[in-house]
Amino acid sequence: MMLWFVFALMTVAAIFAVLWPLSRGSRPQNDGSEAAVYKDQLDEIDRDVSAGLIGVSEAQAARVEISRRLLAAADNQRELPSGSNIRLRRAAAVMALVGLPVVAVAFYYPLGSPRLGDFPLAQRDRRPATTQPLDSLVAQVEQHLENNPADGRGWSVLAPVLARLGRYDDAVRAFHNSITYNGDSAERRADLGEAIAAAAGGVVTAEAKAEFERAIALNADDVKASYFLGLAAEQDGRSAEAASIWRAMLAKAPPNAPWRPLVQAALVRVGGSPAPALSDEAVAAAKDMNESDRSTMIRSMVDRLASRLKQNGDDVEGWLRLVKAYMVMGDPDKAKGALAEARQAVAKDPERLRQLNEGLKNLGLDG
Amino acid sequence: MIAEAGHYALVLALGLALIQSTVPLLGARWRDVALMNVARSTAIAQLIFVAASFAALVTLHVCSDFSVVNVFENSHSMKPLIYKITGVWGNHEGSMLLWVSILALFGGLVAIFGNNLPLSLRAHVLAVQAWVASAFYLFILITSNPFLRIANPPIEGRDLNPVLQDIGLAVHPPMLYLGYVGFSISFSFAIAALIEGRIDAAWARWVRPWTLVAWIFLTLGIAMGSYWAYYELGWGGWWFWDPVENASLMPWLAGTALLHSLVVMEKRNALKVWTILLSILTFSLSLLGTFLVRSGVLTSVHAFATDPTRGVFILLILCVFIGGSLSLYAWRASALKQGGLFAPISREGALVLNNLFLTSACATVFVGTLYPLALEVITGDKISVGAPFFNLTFGPLFLPLMIAVPFGPLLAWKRGDLLGAAQRLMGAGVAALIAVAVLWAWTRGGSAFAPLAIGLAVFVIAGALSDLAERIGLFRVPLGTAVRRARGMPRSSWGTVFAHAGVGVALIGIVCETTWNSEYIGSMKISDVAPIAGYELRLDDVKQRHGPNYREMVAQFSARLDGRLLDTMTPSKRTFTTRGATTTEAALLTRGASQLYISLGDTARDGTIAVRIYHKPLVLLIWFGPVLMAFGGMLSLSDRRLRVGAPKPAKSLRGLQAAE
Repeated sequence: MMLWFVFALMTVAAIFAVLWPLSRGSRPQNDGSEAAVYKDQLDEIDRDVSAGLIGVSEAQAARVEISRRLLAAADNQRELPSGSNIRLRRAAAVMALVGLPVVAVAFYYPLGSPRLGDFPLAQRDRRPATTQPLDSLVAQVEQHLENNPADGRGWSVLAPVLARLGRYDDAVRAFHNSITYNGDSAERRADLGEAIAAAAGGVVTAEAKAEFERAIALNADDVKASYFLGLAAEQDGRSAEAASIWRAMLAKAPPNAPWRPLVQAALVRVGGSPAPALSDEAVAAAKDMNESDRSTMIRSMVDRLASRLKQNGDDVEGWLRLVKAYMVMGDPDKAKGALAEARQAVAKDPERLRQLNEGLKNLGLDG
Repeated sequence: MIAEAGHYALVLALGLALIQSTVPLLGARWRDVALMNVARSTAIAQLIFVAASFAALVTLHVCSDFSVVNVFENSHSMKPLIYKITGVWGNHEGSMLLWVSILALFGGLVAIFGNNLPLSLRAHVLAVQAWVASAFYLFILITSNPFLRIANPPIEGRDLNPVLQDIGLAVHPPMLYLGYVGFSISFSFAIAALIEGRIDAAWARWVRPWTLVAWIFLTLGIAMGSYWAYYELGWGGWWFWDPVENASLMPWLAGTALLHSLVVMEKRNALKVWTILLSILTFSLSLLGTFLVRSGVLTSVHAFATDPTRGVFILLILCVFIGGSLSLYAWRASALKQGGLFAPISREGALVLNNLFLTSACATVFVGTLYPLALEVITGDKISVGAPFFNLTFGPLFLPLMIAVPFGPLLAWKRGDLLGAAQRLMGAGVAALIAVAVLWAWTRGGSAFAPLAIGLAVFVIAGALSDLAERIGLFRVPLGTAVRRARGMPRSSWGTVFAHAGVGVALIGIVCETTWNSEYIGSMKISDVAPIAGYELRLDDVKQRHGPNYREMVAQFSARLDGRLLDTMTPSKRTFTTRGATTTEAALLTRGASQLYISLGDTARDGTIAVRIYHKPLVLLIWFGPVLMAFGGMLSLSDRRLRVGAPKPAKSLRGLQAAE
C-alpha cells in the first residue's frame, strides 16, 4: 500500500513540474540576449585598456567590430515578438496529466515487481542460518594456519577440503605443508600429485608424475599413485605401458577393492579406443562422492578445461578431450560448439589441424 | 520498496524527458514563453528523479539486497563499503544509469544556471538534451534495466570483477563520463543553433564554460584511467592503444580542437560553421566511445557483459543521432552567416592549424580503432592495429603541432607577424637547444630521438613561459610593474600558459619513460637481491594474508640506494574466491617524479616468485602534465570575464590615427 502511495506522490510531482510553468502565464522574463554579451564585451575592452593589456588602437578596432555585432543582434531581437497559444498550452497540460501516467504505467507494469519487498542483508541475517557456509569454516582454518603454519594436522585436514572446493593451487600448497610438517608418506605424496594434476586441468604433468613416483618409492603398492602413473602413461600415448601398470594393480588387488571397476574401465579404454580419455582422474577423485556431487565435479572440471582452451587454443589433445567430454555428458550441441571453436583455434596451423581431424575420426566424428 | 521506487523514478524520468523533448520545441515555434519554460522545470524534475533512481541503486548495493539481479551479479556482502558503492557503476547497467544521471545533471545545470541564455535557445538546447536522454532511458529500461528482481534472493552475490575493486573505480568512470556526457551540451547547443538558423559570437560565449568543464573532466578521467591501468594491470604500461582507450582519446582530441575554435569564435566571430561541426563530431565520438565500450564489440576490462540486443540498440541510437545531426548540418549550415575574415598568419590562422592537426590526429586514431573491426565484420579476418601504427601516424602529426603550440599565443589577432613571434620565442628555442645538447652529451649512445623530443617539450614549456613574460613585459619594464601586470592578467591567459606547459611536461614524461625505462624480470627467492638502475631490491619475506573478500600473498622488498635503506615495498597478489580470479597489486616507490615498480608473477613449487621490477624515470610527469592542463582549464573556467580578441589594425589604419 505504502508503495502505491509513493508512486502516486512521485507521479503528482512529475505532473506538477510540467503544469507549473504553464500556469505562470507569459509575462516576459528577463532572459539573456546576445546584445547583453556584446555590451559586456565593450565594457571588457575599457577595462583591458585601463589595465594596459591592449593598446589604444587595437581597442578602437575591437570596439568597431563588437558594435557591428551588437547592431546585428539588436536587429534580430526586434524581429521576434513573443506570443501565447492557449490551445497548445492546453494540449501540453493534457499531455502531462494523461500522457505521463500512461507512459509510466506502460513501462513500469511489464518491467517492475511491485509485490516484491526489499531483502537487505541485515534482514536476511536474522533468519536462522541452516548451515554455516563451508567457505567461512575454511577461511577460519586458513586464518588459524596463517598464524600457526607449523600445525601439521591442520594442513592435513585442510588440504583435501581445498581440493574438493576446486581450489587446487591452494590444495597443492597445503599438501606441501602437510608433508613438511607431518613427514613424508606415500599417501600424502599421491594426494599431492593428484592435486597438481587437477590444477593442470586433469593432465598428469611431469611435476605430478614425479610426486607419484616418489609415492611408489615409499610404498610400491600405493593404489592412487599406481593408477595415476598408468594414466600418465596413457596420456603420453604409451597405452601398452598403462595397460601393464593397471593389469598389475588388478592382479594384486583384493577381490572386493572399491576401485576395481574404475581400473578395469580404464584398462578397457586403453585396450580399445586410442583417443585421449575423458578426465578419469576427476572420476577417481570423485569415487567416494554421491552421483550428483560427482557429476557437478566432472562438469566443473570440463568447464575449467573449456576456459583454459579459450585462453590458449593450441592444445589439440585438450580440444579432443573437451569434445569427447561433452559427448559423454550427453550434450551434442556443446560438443559441436567446441568442435567449431577448436577448428578456429588451430586453423592457422596445418599440422595441428591434421592432428585434430585425425583425433576426431577416432572419436567417431567425421573430420 | 527502495528498488521499486527507484525503478518507477527512472520510468517517470523517461516520461518527463519525452515531454521536455517536444513541448519546448512547439513553444519556440509559436514563441510561447510558458511552453518554452516547460523545458526548464522538466529538466530540473528529470534530474531529481534520475538522482533518486541512482541513489536507490546505491542504497541497494550498500545494503546488499540480492533480490535485485544487478546487485546479486556484481556485489558481495563481504565487500568493503567503498567498493559496494563504486560497484554500482562497475557493471553495465549501473554505469549506464550513471551515464544518464550525468546527462540529466548537465541538463539540470543548464536549466538552473542558464539565465543568461535567450529563452528560445535555452528551450532548444534542453529539448535536444532530452532527445538524447530519452534514447538512453529507453535503452536502459528495455535492454539493461538495473532494477530487475529475483523472487527468491540468493544468499550471496557473485562479487565485483576483482580488477575493478580499486579506488580507481571511484574516480575514473565518473570523471570520464562527466567528460563524455558533458560534450552533449555543446552538441545540444550546436543542434539548437542549426534549428534556429542563428549563430554568432555570443553563442560561443555561452557554450564555452560547458565545453571547458567537459574537457577538464575528460582530461582528468583519461589521465586517471591511464594511471590506474599502470598500477593495476601489472605490466607497468600506461597506454596500450587499446580500442577502449582510443575511444576516450578521440573525443578528447576533437574536444580540444573544439575548445580552441570556440575561442576564435567568441573573440573574433569567425570559424562558426566549423565550430558547429566540431561540436557535433565531438559528441558523436563520445557516443561512439559509449557504443564501443558498452556494446561488447570489444572485449576488454571495460566490457562487463556482452549482449547482442544491447549492441544493436546502441548502434541504432548512434546512427540516429550522428546521422540525424550531420544531415541537419548539411541542410542548415549554408544558412548560417559567415563570420569574420583573417590573414593566414594570425592567431586565428594558428588556431585553424591546431584544429587541422588535432582533427587529423583524431582521424588516424579513428581509422586505427575501427579498421580492424570493419575488416572483421566484412572478411572475418582478425587483425590488431597496435602501437607501431599509431606511433607512425599519430606521432608525425603531433610533432608539428607541438612546434606550433608556442607560436599561437604570440601571434596577434586578425593579422600576425610570424617573424616577430619567432624572435620572441628565441629564448625558448635557446633553452630547447641547450636541453638537447646537455641530454645528448649525458646519454651519448642512447636513442638519438629522445633528446630531440625532450628539446621539443622544453620548447613548448619555455614557449608558454615566454608568452607569459611577453604579456607582463618581464625584463622590459620594472619588476614591480611586471608583477602588477601579472596580477592583472586575465586568468584565462594564465590558463593557456598552464595548459600549454602541461603538454610539454607530459611529453617529457612520455619520452623519458619510454626511452630510459629499465626492467628486471626474474625469479627470486627470499633474501635474493635484484639490482636495477642503481637501486638494490631485496626480497625479505613472503606472507599469506586474509583480506575482507580475498586472500593475498604479500612479498616484502626493501629498497636500497648505495646501501642506504629507502623504504620497504609490498607488492601482492590477491585471489578472490567468489570469482576465482587473481589480481596483482603492484608496489610503487616514488622518488621525485620517478618510480620503482614491483609486480609479482607466479610462484613456482620451490618457493621462488617470478617478479617484474621496473625503474621508470620521470614517469609521474605523464600524469602531472594532464593535471596541469586541467588546472589551466579550471583557471580559464574561473575567469568570468568576457573574452575579447582585439584585432591588430592594418597599417593604413594606424597611419590614419597618427595623423589625427
